[in-house]
Parts: sequence; structure tokens; C-alpha cells
Amino acid sequence: MFQIQRTTTPADVVVIGSGAGGGTVVKVLTDLGINVTLLEAGPMLYPNKDFKEHTLPYQVDHRGSGEHAESYFGQQQWGYFAAPNGYWDIPGEPYSVAPDSEFSWFRSRIMGGRTNHYGRISLRFSDYDFKSYSFDGLGTDWPVDYAEMSPWYDKAEEFMGITGTKEGLRTAPDGVFLPPPPPRVHETLIQKAAARLGIPVIPSRMAMLTKSVHGRAACHYCGQCGRGCKTASAFSSSQAMIFPAMKTGKLTVITNAMARELILDKSGLVSAVSYVDKNTRTEQQIRCKRVVVAASACESARLLLNSKSTLFPNGLANGSGMVGRNLTDSTGYSLSGHIPAFENMPRHNSDGIGGMHLYIPWWELEKKNKDFPRGYHVELGGGFGMPGIGSFHGAGNKYEGYGQGLKNTIQQNYGATIELAGRGEMIPNEHSYCEIDSTQVDRYGIPTLRFHFRWSDHEIKQAKHMHTTFTNIIEAMGGKVTGIAHPEREAKGVSVGGTIIHEAGTVRMGDDPKKSALDRWCRAHEVKNLYVADAAPFLGNPDKNVTLTIVALAWRTAEHLAADMKKGDA
Amino acid sequence: MFENPTRRDLLIAFTATGVLTPALAQHVHEAVSEVKSLDQGTAYKPKCLNAHEYATLRKLAEFIVPGATQAGAAEFIDFLSSRNEKMEQIYTGGLAWMDQEAKHRYGSDWLSAKPADQTALLDAIAFKKNDTPELRAGIRFFAWARNMVLDAYYTSPVGMKEIGFLGNQVLSSFSVPDEALQYALKRSPFANS
Repeated sequence: MFQIQRTTTPADVVVIGSGAGGGTVVKVLTDLGINVTLLEAGPMLYPNKDFKEHTLPYQVDHRGSGEHAESYFGQQQWGYFAAPNGYWDIPGEPYSVAPDSEFSWFRSRIMGGRTNHYGRISLRFSDYDFKSYSFDGLGTDWPVDYAEMSPWYDKAEEFMGITGTKEGLRTAPDGVFLPPPPPRVHETLIQKAAARLGIPVIPSRMAMLTKSVHGRAACHYCGQCGRGCKTASAFSSSQAMIFPAMKTGKLTVITNAMARELILDKSGLVSAVSYVDKNTRTEQQIRCKRVVVAASACESARLLLNSKSTLFPNGLANGSGMVGRNLTDSTGYSLSGHIPAFENMPRHNSDGIGGMHLYIPWWELEKKNKDFPRGYHVELGGGFGMPGIGSFHGAGNKYEGYGQGLKNTIQQNYGATIELAGRGEMIPNEHSYCEIDSTQVDRYGIPTLRFHFRWSDHEIKQAKHMHTTFTNIIEAMGGKVTGIAHPEREAKGVSVGGTIIHEAGTVRMGDDPKKSALDRWCRAHEVKNLYVADAAPFLGNPDKNVTLTIVALAWRTAEHLAADMKKGDA
Repeated sequence: MFENPTRRDLLIAFTATGVLTPALAQHVHEAVSEVKSLDQGTAYKPKCLNAHEYATLRKLAEFIVPGATQAGAAEFIDFLSSRNEKMEQIYTGGLAWMDQEAKHRYGSDWLSAKPADQTALLDAIAFKKNDTPELRAGIRFFAWARNMVLDAYYTSPVGMKEIGFLGNQVLSSFSVPDEALQYALKRSPFANS
């Protein structure tokens, strides 16, 4: 084999992954004056070059369909104008799915990871989410409770900048909020329809700045946050956390570095990270005193499972056998509706922040005799979206014909469609996990993952409840359901596992080393200088998107790590 | 490429300073509203289709959406056909199908047929309900062409202006016009609540 390049002086802390968790650890530690080395599997991000939030379709010859018309043939993995973010299929980096399962794995390979494009919905987990087994006998209690997490949420929200209002709801705990933007027309009407059905609709909690925060400019309401934000008014770990950390002189960044294995010394501590420099396909090793794995739930599990040794024959820190287990994703189900009240509505700029201004938090927590546990939240879509490739295919296929008549129909119905999308809780089950596929390695020689995934009756019934609720709301608006909004992933009545991109649970935390890989600080029970800081430590996957909790938990982990360093531990 | 350096420069200036002036916002707004023709007319040399195919496509696009030719629909489709073999096959094959069908029905290719005959063939293939084994290839082609002409038209400056897209601007605050809200409320089940 080729010669391995190995650093001589050990780094104080190596962080693997630059998304919400890795970015937070980098920010917190460098703010405390600690030197950090960051490994990112993708390239550096250059927002002024890479982000296209102010490109109109006609400014490129292909109008956004891709240089080779990819979007017309289902070959475009994400919109052409979207932030560089990641892929469902990465050339040379395969994964497999067990024959009885369906699962799609989204992976980011870019500085900042998925935070460059994510929806920025920022919801605190509730008291019962942390104590789910105590609440209804399903799942497992976290080793932390809401009271302990609340101050960390405060820090995360104050730093990221989250819109919202104090509502006093148990299912949507209040936080530190910026003023919310006013509701759009369709959101006001959904609110009125839902009120008749006893369903609350409240200002959404989004990581977009309605006021300048920490030197980041206030939002300029271009409505294209998913394309990335040159002004960093929409939160991303790259722009809000990592770039400022680079300016402190405390951060060393190594891009295109695909972590392969964590290497132990004789005492059983991590002494080095082995990674592949993608540019040269050579193995490098960086010596370290402690390591924080924040590669995303499944990549973090993969790295630990691939780090086998005499001490840890089943993978590093996996004496409990829990690494890779308890894989969850949010449930997803969506309906579109046509609302005649919006036909020919006076045109106006309905962009606002790039996402909903109002949302529906779960409202049936206390209801007796439900046929499924826990719940879901509802995301509201509609308005005068930017015309793009495919915007009017639905109209063309529905109304058919051609000429001025077709044009008039499209004119009349532009902005008259709404979308209701449910995102719900999945209870971890024994059939859903990832493991090393011993038959396959990626282009770097790293063994790949095989996924097993199954929704239980809980999730199937929950998605049916979504269908009924959304139908009722659309009809209460005087509208008509036009169909599932995302048939490509929800044709079977609930999303394909992984496609909501909220994977969690694969390196879980807990007080009992026999049942968990990480302790209450997300430090490995068995390896005292190994931490995990993404959604892998989660004990559950509530109906409250994972990112805010990743940031809050990583913040807590990082401060604990720093305190340990000060004491001379690890 | 149809770059607009003025608009882009302004946005770079904005992103560098983070300061939004009313003049800048207005300028960006005007840049969006400005209507430009994307049709280069005879100056455009088709990259994929031959002269007859391209002339046929221009005519077809104009039938599907009046104004689509000026919005660059034929150039858009020819460009993508030059970049993707499947797309090329769809258009060269589909346009040839229209000619064969027109010759069979009217004794001439579709472009040379009388206007009433031209629309008669389109009326046959513009609706799924007319599906027969003989017409199926034409109906499938027309659906492709309709989708792509709609894409080209409504992503053009003239199409975006016509449909009334006013977004993707640079604003210092966001508000919803009461006129629009009242319009929708009056027409909704909540008119009197």
C-alpha cells in the first residue's frame, strides 16, 4: 500500500463533518479559544459563486432544466438553482437496501452540509418527547429532560435567529423569538378554515432573520432560501458558524477529506483519524487528543462500525450493539388543493421568507382513543411561486388543449393551489437500522452501508389521519383536493423512508452502557475521548424537525467537552 | 446566456454591504419587470434540428402558446435537443410523425398544410381522450411539446410579466396587500366571518 501521511503533533480536537452539529461544535470550541481541526468530505463553499438565489430561469439557456436537460428525464437530483448540497446518488459511493425494505439516503458533500439548503424549520422538542416511554410506554426516555435542554435551546435560538411567537402550547414549547413575518393570503384562509375544525395555526418558527443578528443582515425577502443565501440571513452552519471560526485563527479546515476509520492507542482511546484525501485518493492520518463525530446520523454510525479493533470487534464504542440501530426518519404525506377563492387574485409579491409564515403544531396530544401515538405538524404551501421548469405541467396535463384558452386557464389558476405537508413522529422499531454491507466498498475502499427500514402501523395510521385532516381543511376553504403533492415519494400513502431527510437515532445516548453507545453528554461510554454531535444520539424522532435540537445538543456537548479539557480529563 | 450585469452587480453590492437602499430595491424591481425578447429570430442557427424541423417547431410552439416563439421556446427546445439524445429523438421523431400524419390526411407536410388542417391535426393530438393506437405517438409528443413550450414561455421575461410574478426582489420589509386578502376573503366561505 501507499505511504500513509501522518501528522506529528496531535490536534486538540478533530471534528468530522461540518453540518449543524459539527458547525456548532466548531463555533463553541473556537469561541472558547480551543484549537479545532475540521474534516469535511466535500469541497469548500463559496456563497458568492455557488448560491443562485437571484438568478431568474431565463438567465440560463436551459432555464433551470440542467445543462443536459436532466430534469426532464428525472436525472436532476435537486433543483439546478438549489444550493450545492448533496445527493441521493453519489458516483462511486453506493449503499444498499435490504430486499424487504425501501430507503433513500441523502448525503451532503459540501462545507456546511445540509444546512446550506434545509427548510430552516426550528421547533423545540417537548417535555414528553424527551420522556417518551414515561409518556405512553413507547420508545425510550432520553437521559436528559426538557428542563435541562431548555437553556441550550435558548442559546441555539438566540444565535441562529428564529422567528416565532409565544403561544404556551405543550406541543410547541416557546423559545427566544424574532418577530414573525405577516401571514400570506393563503395562510390566513387556511388559518380560518382550520379554526372551524378546531385546529390551531400559529406563526412558524424559522431560522431566517427578520432582524439583523450577530452581524448577519436581515432577510431581504427574495423567497429563495433553498438556493442558499448570500447575505447569510437564512441560517447555515457554513456562513454563521464555520466562516467566522476560520477568522479566529483557531480553526484548521481540511476539505475533500473522507473519514475512513478512527484509530485507537493501546489504552483504548482514539489517537488518530484515518481519512482519504479525495483529490489524490491517498490515506492520511491526523493524530488527535479527542474527536467529535458529526458526519450525519448514518455516516457517523458507518464510521464507528468500520472502526474495528481487538478491543472493539463489532465496531468502535459498540459494546451495546446499538450502533446503527433505531434508525428513524420523519413521516411525510402531502396533499395539494385547488382553491377557487384565489382564482384571478390581484397579483402581488408573496415571497416573504423562503418557507411558511404559519404552521400547524400538533393539536390532539390529549385526545383519547386515537388509533396512533404521538403526532405530526403541518407545513403550509401556496402563493405566487417563481415560474420554473415544470410549474405548469400539471395545468397542461389537466386542462390539455392549446392556444389562448389554455393560457387563460393558467392565468386564472396561478396562485390558486395550496399544499399541506405533514411531518410526523416515527417510533423506533427493531426492523429499521443500518449495518455494514460486507460485500461492497466505495471508490475509496470504505465498506458501505446496507439499510433496513419499515414503517409500523403507528406511522401508517398517522399518515391516514393526515389525509383526512388535509382533505377537511381544503374543503373547508371551499376547495378541492387535487392529489398527493409528492407522488414520487408518497405514492404508497406515506413517504419512502429517508426521503424526508431527518435520519436519527443510530448512535444513541443513555445512562445504561448496555443499552446505549453514548453517555448523557454524547460521549462514548467505552471511549472517553470520542463524542458524537449530530442526530445519531437521539432517542426518538419527534414531529419537530431535527436541526434545532442537533444544534442545542451539540452546543451542550461542546461546552462539556471544553470543561473536561480544562479539568485535564480526556 | 442572457445575463443582466446591472442587476447582478447591484446584488453583489448589496450582499457586500448588507445595506438596502430604496433606489436599489426599485432598480432591482425594474430589472425584473423589464421585458426582453429571447427570440433571436433568423440570427439563431439551430444546433440540432434541420431548417424544416426548426420552422415546424416554431409554428407548433406559437400554436401551443401564442407568444411562445418570441419567448424563445423553439431555441430552448433546439438547445436542449442538442444536449440530450433522448430529447433529440423526441423532437425529430415527433415532428416527423406530424409530417407523415399530415401527408396521409392532407397530402402535404404539416407546415405547408392549410391553417384549418394544421389545427385539425393539433385538435386530434392535444387531448388524451382521442387516444387510439394510430394517434398515440402523436398525443405523447404533443404532451411533451406542450409542457416544454409552457416551461419556455412562463420562464421568459414576457411570460413572467404576463402571469404576474412579482417576487424574487430585494425588500426591506414584507407585507401582504389588503386588496388581495379582501379579494380572496370575499370569495371564500369566510366572507361574513
